[in-house]
Amino acid sequence: MSIAIQTGLHAPVARSRKIKNSAATVFVTGCFLLAMIPLVWLTWTVVSKGLHAITHASWWTGDQRGISYRDGGGGMLHAFVGTVEQVAVSTLLSVPLAIFVAIYLVEYGRGRLARATSFMVDILSGLPSIVAALFVYAVFVTTFGGQRAGILVSLALVMLMVPIVVRTTEEMLKLVPDELREAAYALGVPKWRTILRVVLPTAFTGIVTGIVLGIARIAGETAPLLILVGYSRNLNSNLLSGYQGSLPGMIYDQVTNLGNTTGLDANGHRVQLHYAADRMWGTALTLIVIVMALNLIARLLARASKLSR
Amino acid sequence: MSPADEPRVLAPRPSAGSSAFQENGARVLAPRPTAGASDSVAELTELDSQPVHLTEVAAPPKPIGAGLGGVHQRHRLGDRVFAGLATGAGILTIILIALIGLFLLAKAWPSIRDNQVNFLISRAWTVTGNELRFGVVDLLYTTVIASLVAMALAVPVAVGIALFITQYAPRSLAKLVGYLVDLLAAIPSIIFGIWGIYVLAPHLTGVQHLLYHVRFIPLFKDKGFDTGTVFNAALVLAIMILPIVTAVSRDVFERTPTERVEAAWALGATRWEMIRLAVLPHGRAGVVSGAMLGLGRALGETIAVTLILSTVGQGNAFSWSIFNGGATFASKIANAAAEFNNPKQTGAYIAAGLVLFVLTFLVNAAARTIVSRDKLK
Amino acid sequence: MAKRIDINDLDAFYGKFLAVSGVNLTIQPRSVTAFIGPSGCGKSTVLRTLNRLHEVIPGAHVAGSVSLDGDDIYAKDVDPVDVRRTIGMVFQRPNPFPTMSIYDNVVAGLKLQAGRMKRTDLDRVVEKSLRGTNLWEEVKNRLNKAGAGLSGGQQQRLCIARAIAVEPQVLLMDEPCSSLDPISTLAIEDLVQELRERFTIVIVTHNMQQAARVSDRTAFFNLAGVGKPGQLVEVDDTQTIFSNPKDQRTEDYISGRFG
Repeated sequence: MSIAIQTGLHAPVARSRKIKNSAATVFVTGCFLLAMIPLVWLTWTVVSKGLHAITHASWWTGDQRGISYRDGGGGMLHAFVGTVEQVAVSTLLSVPLAIFVAIYLVEYGRGRLARATSFMVDILSGLPSIVAALFVYAVFVTTFGGQRAGILVSLALVMLMVPIVVRTTEEMLKLVPDELREAAYALGVPKWRTILRVVLPTAFTGIVTGIVLGIARIAGETAPLLILVGYSRNLNSNLLSGYQGSLPGMIYDQVTNLGNTTGLDANGHRVQLHYAADRMWGTALTLIVIVMALNLIARLLARASKLSR
Repeated sequence: MSPADEPRVLAPRPSAGSSAFQENGARVLAPRPTAGASDSVAELTELDSQPVHLTEVAAPPKPIGAGLGGVHQRHRLGDRVFAGLATGAGILTIILIALIGLFLLAKAWPSIRDNQVNFLISRAWTVTGNELRFGVVDLLYTTVIASLVAMALAVPVAVGIALFITQYAPRSLAKLVGYLVDLLAAIPSIIFGIWGIYVLAPHLTGVQHLLYHVRFIPLFKDKGFDTGTVFNAALVLAIMILPIVTAVSRDVFERTPTERVEAAWALGATRWEMIRLAVLPHGRAGVVSGAMLGLGRALGETIAVTLILSTVGQGNAFSWSIFNGGATFASKIANAAAEFNNPKQTGAYIAAGLVLFVLTFLVNAAARTIVSRDKLK
Repeated sequence: MAKRIDINDLDAFYGKFLAVSGVNLTIQPRSVTAFIGPSGCGKSTVLRTLNRLHEVIPGAHVAGSVSLDGDDIYAKDVDPVDVRRTIGMVFQRPNPFPTMSIYDNVVAGLKLQAGRMKRTDLDRVVEKSLRGTNLWEEVKNRLNKAGAGLSGGQQQRLCIARAIAVEPQVLLMDEPCSSLDPISTLAIEDLVQELRERFTIVIVTHNMQQAARVSDRTAFFNLAGVGKPGQLVEVDDTQTIFSNPKDQRTEDYISGRFG
């Protein structure tokens, strides 16, 4: 009896602790499942609604010339080309700048200048894309009187891509063991050559991973497109003049015209037209596929890296 | 030609043999141009039976004595150029941020000066024709409340996921979960926008009606809109900022010192108790910093909010409710982007952009000061 | 001709902290000198002042002089990079460059120092250096494989080959065997004996038996006291140090009473 009383005294305490523990486990697992709902839901939506549009060959080869929001047909080639061009120029400008900033932070920087630089890189990574776009607008359109064009978008995207590449490159450079640098110095190799021919190559795969991630991020940016270039339905591969299509731009274009969507079918009945919606989801699917492919490439690259955390 | 800029892993420091040390340093030998390398190479090529062309490598093809100076200068130049490029890049970054502030201010100032109402206090926004009445109160409220609600929704879930990944899940599952959450971050915001308004919003009307029942809380007061409400936007924003808060929390939880964790285990704590004793206290600063980074992201998010939020006309009464439409700084600018026709008008929007810039600057600066950047080392 | 090193009144600092003080030492050409002593007494620090690698650490500097055949390597107009081409170093843990093949690792010093060399000359240097470290036979058929794919002992010999490929006058070795197995250690010790014909060698080791086996002269370093800088206690022929040292502290160290 007394033993039962003793164990009885302990049991309630243990039980409430156990309950709390189980509740916590349920909570954290629930959080994960909760986060998965939008992921799965959104993916499902985009795939199911977008598949129809992208499975036509013309989707990949044609643009939207002459196709109104009430018509079907055409493709997204103009948008694809526009995005590719804008992103490519952006990458070409961002990468050297970002790599040098990272080199500065890791190999040269000391003291207040380095701290200030690192701080500013953080600020840049939190910079809203609309502010970056407004800045480019304020400088090139308002002050220098330029025209809106694809190249301005590239410039805004540079400001968004640089911090990403700086941080990943910085991380990679820090992972290169100091022993390698010392080995090179001990051979009588000057510092700049050491960085260029030993440190950077060792960190190369990781740096490329960062660049790919940066590309994936800016490919989907819309705000600069709204402010800095007009959307064109025709294929325009000239970054320097004229309106230009882009993937996010095309999505936005279809969205803003979704209202205009009733027409007459073959029997003269008024029906809801689905073309604009189809194109919107189709472009969304195209964009997501591209972005996800880039992320996958980055992940595979990261695995091939010679540096480990 | 002092050896001032030697290769260094970290910082500038007094060069060896500088005058500071003349006193103790007995420099037995008088300094003279060191021709050592050339001499030694000449001897080398004598000794070495096979003529290896090391002369061209170890010393430049110059007369002995002057030789070392030449190579000396080549390093100097290479090192100086390279260091200059790197430092220049760093300085450029700082200048860039300063320029952003400057240009935005410069372009906004004429409009602010000619503003017919007070920029910071007014709720009006008319920027057509000759009228220039714009104030940011509404924008400020909508932006901040949407972001705060997003944060309130996202942070607990993010912490839960981060705990799941670092404390509960087995290695392989943890990697998978981390990967899946990162996938959310990869989705472009415009797609969140169209999904948010066309697919998600209709489903939220039920929730909104439910919350309306507790409308003594001012946030839930009106039955303003069914879709396109601030609540809609806040929910989508929460989903969008979830990955970054999770990532930062994960990082800091993983770095909980093993001693603290083991101390808790040794006391016979349950897993939850261990987390409360060791992981969460250590991770507090990190989670706050992550939350602020998420807040910054939410404040600046443009296209998703633009697509979701229904705009409201002028002149309606101010309401705390998140079941109304509205506009954030970003969405206001985005919606007007096609009409940047005259400088005064554009200036008003640039002013709004400037406020947003300052806001995100402050939030990001705070996030950074809360936690050191040790986590990247 | 391998060079003589004269160290005069050398003090080594890390910032304000005096790590080693008052070192006076002469190292003869084509000899092997061992630095021994307990951990933390400054042997590696002194070694790294000899090729001016010490100052790579921020705030680190020296006072006094180190001369190579009479030329002060710390003179005002001397470029440390040039010093390091003349004085090579091998480190405790093998550190071949991971992105380079065995071949490229050996010639890394030559290629990275600027100047172009003909392929045939490079081939010759590679074979000569690898033969010099007894690695040639083992790797001659896989010269273009990754340098990092070798065993620890082979990697260290690769690093030695890399160091001697640039034909330095002096070779500094900072505990080169401490991360290796006994067989590789023996191989490297034999190598040091061979290399002694061509280079002046200074080797830091915490293994006294190794010092006894390998060196002609031995320098014993020790801390002057708790919290005091390290110093050179005694330097003499290896035979003498290990059988009949002049200083009591040396005697105590080699007989295992401390360290």
